[in-house]
Amino acid sequence: MRMEKYLRSMVMWHIYVGLLAISVGVIFGLLQVLSRSGIYVLPPNIYYQGLTLHGVLNAVVFTTFFIVGFLYVITETTLKEKLNKGLVYLSFFTMLIGTLLAGISILTNKATVLYTFYPPLKASPMFYIGATLLIVGSWIAVLNTSLTFLRWRRNNPGQKTPGPMVAVISIYTVWMLATIGVAIEVLFFLIPWSLGIVKSINPELARTLFWWFGHPLVYFWLLPAYLAWYYILPKVAGGKLYSEVAARIVFIMFIVFSTPVGLHHQYSDPGITNVWKGVHAFFTFMVALPSFITAFTIAASLEYAARKNGGNGLFSWWKKLPWGNYFFAYMISAMIAFIFGGISGIVNASYNMNQVVHNTSWVPGHFHLTVGSAVFLTFLGLSLYLANKLTGKKIFNEKLGTLSAYLWLIGVLIFSWGMMQLGRAGIPRRTNLGLAPYMTPEERIFMIIAAVGGIIMFISAVLFLINFVGTLLNKKEKEVELVEIDYADAYYKETNLSPIWDNWKVWIGIAILLIIINYTPVFYDVFRATYFVEGGYSPFSPLPMK
Amino acid sequence: MDRYENIAIRAALMLIGVFFIAVIGLAILKGIDVPTCITDFPPFKEGKVIKLSDKEYQVQILARMWRFEPNRIEIPAGSKVIIYTTSADVQHGFEIEGKAVNLMAIPGAVNKAEVVFNKPGTYRFVCNEFCGIGHQAMYGEIIVK
Repeated sequence: MRMEKYLRSMVMWHIYVGLLAISVGVIFGLLQVLSRSGIYVLPPNIYYQGLTLHGVLNAVVFTTFFIVGFLYVITETTLKEKLNKGLVYLSFFTMLIGTLLAGISILTNKATVLYTFYPPLKASPMFYIGATLLIVGSWIAVLNTSLTFLRWRRNNPGQKTPGPMVAVISIYTVWMLATIGVAIEVLFFLIPWSLGIVKSINPELARTLFWWFGHPLVYFWLLPAYLAWYYILPKVAGGKLYSEVAARIVFIMFIVFSTPVGLHHQYSDPGITNVWKGVHAFFTFMVALPSFITAFTIAASLEYAARKNGGNGLFSWWKKLPWGNYFFAYMISAMIAFIFGGISGIVNASYNMNQVVHNTSWVPGHFHLTVGSAVFLTFLGLSLYLANKLTGKKIFNEKLGTLSAYLWLIGVLIFSWGMMQLGRAGIPRRTNLGLAPYMTPEERIFMIIAAVGGIIMFISAVLFLINFVGTLLNKKEKEVELVEIDYADAYYKETNLSPIWDNWKVWIGIAILLIIINYTPVFYDVFRATYFVEGGYSPFSPLPMK
Repeated sequence: MDRYENIAIRAALMLIGVFFIAVIGLAILKGIDVPTCITDFPPFKEGKVIKLSDKEYQVQILARMWRFEPNRIEIPAGSKVIIYTTSADVQHGFEIEGKAVNLMAIPGAVNKAEVVFNKPGTYRFVCNEFCGIGHQAMYGEIIVK
């Protein structure tokens, strides 16, 4: 596929911005784990400012920029249709300006509200406006992709959507459905309140709108990783995607079940009847199903690859996987971490069981295995891969990539184990524990273990950055004319596919219907049981802001 | 779709079903539940402990930057405690160590849980939602005698 020079360079710029964000983010990650463990205690204002940066830069800026860039590549290479150049630039610069506005307000300590920005903690209006622009910029990318897809549909009547594009549609649908919630929260409540146009705000309503967005957000991060695991990894490992139909069903299930589940972040909240919390728990369990299918299908795809490489036996085939390949190393480490991340996620989703772990250190233990490893490592592997494919430069040192992937896996397993032990003991998350008077010496030991893991993770991230920058400094091997992504062939191909599996209106319609059904009673409860309150607070003073 | 894939999907569905039934079954049969919506208790302005009977207490926890009111509660062993939480300023959390009590304390809303303390001892409760620079020092104790 010929890809225009501007797009190749713009995709790389998305990756640069993302990696720049994460470079700052991981430094604060290291500082937090040191401060929490008491090894190097930070003053609270810096700790929480750093925590805000860590969350916003890693989980929002890095992911959004990377995903938008990555999906441009997938869209053009699978559809062989051109994206609109003007919209690519408009989207990028809107997101960039948004990021700068939000970044400046955090760096000047005017938005130390963490990445959940729960009111009545009040940030400067620039923070909310910046976040809005970041999201609006991503919407422009979705618009661009949608127009391109619709043109492909017109030019290719009767053809079914190619597999990787099914994933792109799923990712962007989930994103659009998710961002409705946060857009209502920010545009109608937070911005007018932070500008002083309205005096009062309903914190519980804001939470509910935030988590409408907050959970599908994690699938917006995860599904691009699934895209790589399904459609690229099997080819790199020397095999095929086991089942094309399974992949399609999985991505469609995420469209349907990703959003009507937000209450599993709010099991401990007032003002919402427990029955609706149970309903959302049920749908959260349903959204675990496509991940179970993924575990099976990817394992089958890898087994096929290993057997083709000469592997045999019931289990010993895994020895024949390309463990030394950097791309494989990043993906397999991501997937191993995700096994534990997924299981701990089911614990979080488990309604009453959540009461033991809600807002404890268990939760960051969990999500550093999911977004912080499954997604993060996949994106790092893809960053090197795309840098090679789009710039034509040789990867600086593939072995260094392999090493950094496994090192992260070791680090995160230690880190998360320590954090989860603390969580079970009731030690909170998002807390500068180095200064907490209630920590016992035994608990301190678990936090030090977590810090050891955190230090290993940091070293791994530095090795990655050396490798990535080294790659950029390499000389161009050849002029890139064609961009070839290693898409895997399917072992079981889709034959006689019912048209319903290619009808996006139906699935998006069902998703919207489920959101309406699952959220109407919740908002009814919130409006009848909770109140608007006046005033806003800075994190630095218990007195209301003037 | 091939046979093994089919089996894997069915097995996953069954596993999920068992998990869900176990969780909800426990809520219904054993009463281990999450907080629900209450409308009969408006947000309060001060924290207090009210003795309802020898073995029953009502505790109104007012969370504020950066302390709980009250932050030291003494009750006899075997007491049932009905806990209400709300906040005077920003969002807080209220979590009792070793008990399945984990309540958000949200301004403009009231949350409720019931818990029985059979074993004597000191139970730590902490704020588990970020509430500003004093957050890490926000905790209290329930002393069961």
